[in-house]
Amino acid sequence: MLNALLGRKVGMTQVFGPNGTAIPVTIIEAGPCVVTQVKTAANDGYEAVQIGFEPATTKNVTRPELGHLGHSLPLLKAQRKALQTHQQEQRSEDKAEAENATAPEKDSKQIQKLLKVQANRQRRPGPALGPFKVLREVGLDEGTTGVELGVQVDVSLFKDGESVDIVGTTKGKGFQGGVKRHGFAGGPKTHGQSDRHRAPGSIGSGTTPGRVLKGTRMAGRMGNVRVTAKKLEVIQADPERNLLVVKGSVPGANGGLLMIKKHVMR
Amino acid sequence: MADNQVVTKPAGRALLTAVESAQLRKDVPELKSGDTVRLQVKVVEGNRERLQPFEGIVMRLRGSSVNRNFTVRRITNGVGVERTFLVNSPRIEKIEVLRHARVRRKQLYYLRGLTGKAARLKELRPLSAKQIAAKEAAKNAQA
Repeated sequence: MLNALLGRKVGMTQVFGPNGTAIPVTIIEAGPCVVTQVKTAANDGYEAVQIGFEPATTKNVTRPELGHLGHSLPLLKAQRKALQTHQQEQRSEDKAEAENATAPEKDSKQIQKLLKVQANRQRRPGPALGPFKVLREVGLDEGTTGVELGVQVDVSLFKDGESVDIVGTTKGKGFQGGVKRHGFAGGPKTHGQSDRHRAPGSIGSGTTPGRVLKGTRMAGRMGNVRVTAKKLEVIQADPERNLLVVKGSVPGANGGLLMIKKHVMR
Repeated sequence: MADNQVVTKPAGRALLTAVESAQLRKDVPELKSGDTVRLQVKVVEGNRERLQPFEGIVMRLRGSSVNRNFTVRRITNGVGVERTFLVNSPRIEKIEVLRHARVRRKQLYYLRGLTGKAARLKELRPLSAKQIAAKEAAKNAQA
């Protein structure tokens, strides 16, 4: 089966463990996700699956995306109008033809194209899925077969007591100094120090090498990066409520998108 | 393409509340600071579990929902002992409220500085039927 699922962080709380200890947990609303594309070794060079999460309204999804999900695309407003006027004209002409019985005029190139587009709108064969707010690619467990378009996956992917890795984007902290960003100690607080309390200290040697080495830890933008919280224990997985309760904290703010992966020992 | 599609809303916060409320105990009496309580606390000794009573004054109430906790203070052998418990903890077998007291704050930190008679709290008893009747009579007499 799939090795990952998408979800949203709801928040943290605590639950009581079997021996009465309070366990800090994160509540995640995960799934249901729908398989929107199956990538095969023959076709794409590797095995994977694309899944969609959270229903979206059609107007909020781009036309290429709709085509990818197998929807027949609505014509643009101008196109629709052109076609309508054309059809109306045709109808009135039909009436006239019945009386006069003259040869029908050929459609203009534009109209022909529109008719072709309308007849051939479905971009991907197969079922129309979604549309979804989020599409992500996930891997497959080894030896998995029978994953098809439109298959729905939910939290039953995970069992209680299993370990998972959770990928998310951390909260952005803005531009931060070395003390917060890298855990520098800062300067002495006393003994006549002024303005050195949170200074980073030396950033390298003197004339040799005569430059600051690349990758030297300094102040800068902190947070808003993809982080994986590894080996978190699943406390509860309830497919009925799309509920996943995981021990410990996960990256990002409440409401943030998470990818929950099965933990693999490497 | 379905124009009138039903977009199911995520449960969100309701999910968290549901998980929390599943943790709450129903058999917890209403606690107020100043109450004298007797607790039966489960204590694990080796691989045996036994109940240990702990009696004292509720000195502090804080938190809400699952994290609601209270601190019980008592004096044993002249030493003040304070233990903090989660109200909904399954480690507590029973909470028994013995007495209520008239207190004017939620956190009775001032008890820490007091000993002996000064550390007593004025007991608050529910009015007896006789007292209620007397009060009514007084009210009527005034009117």
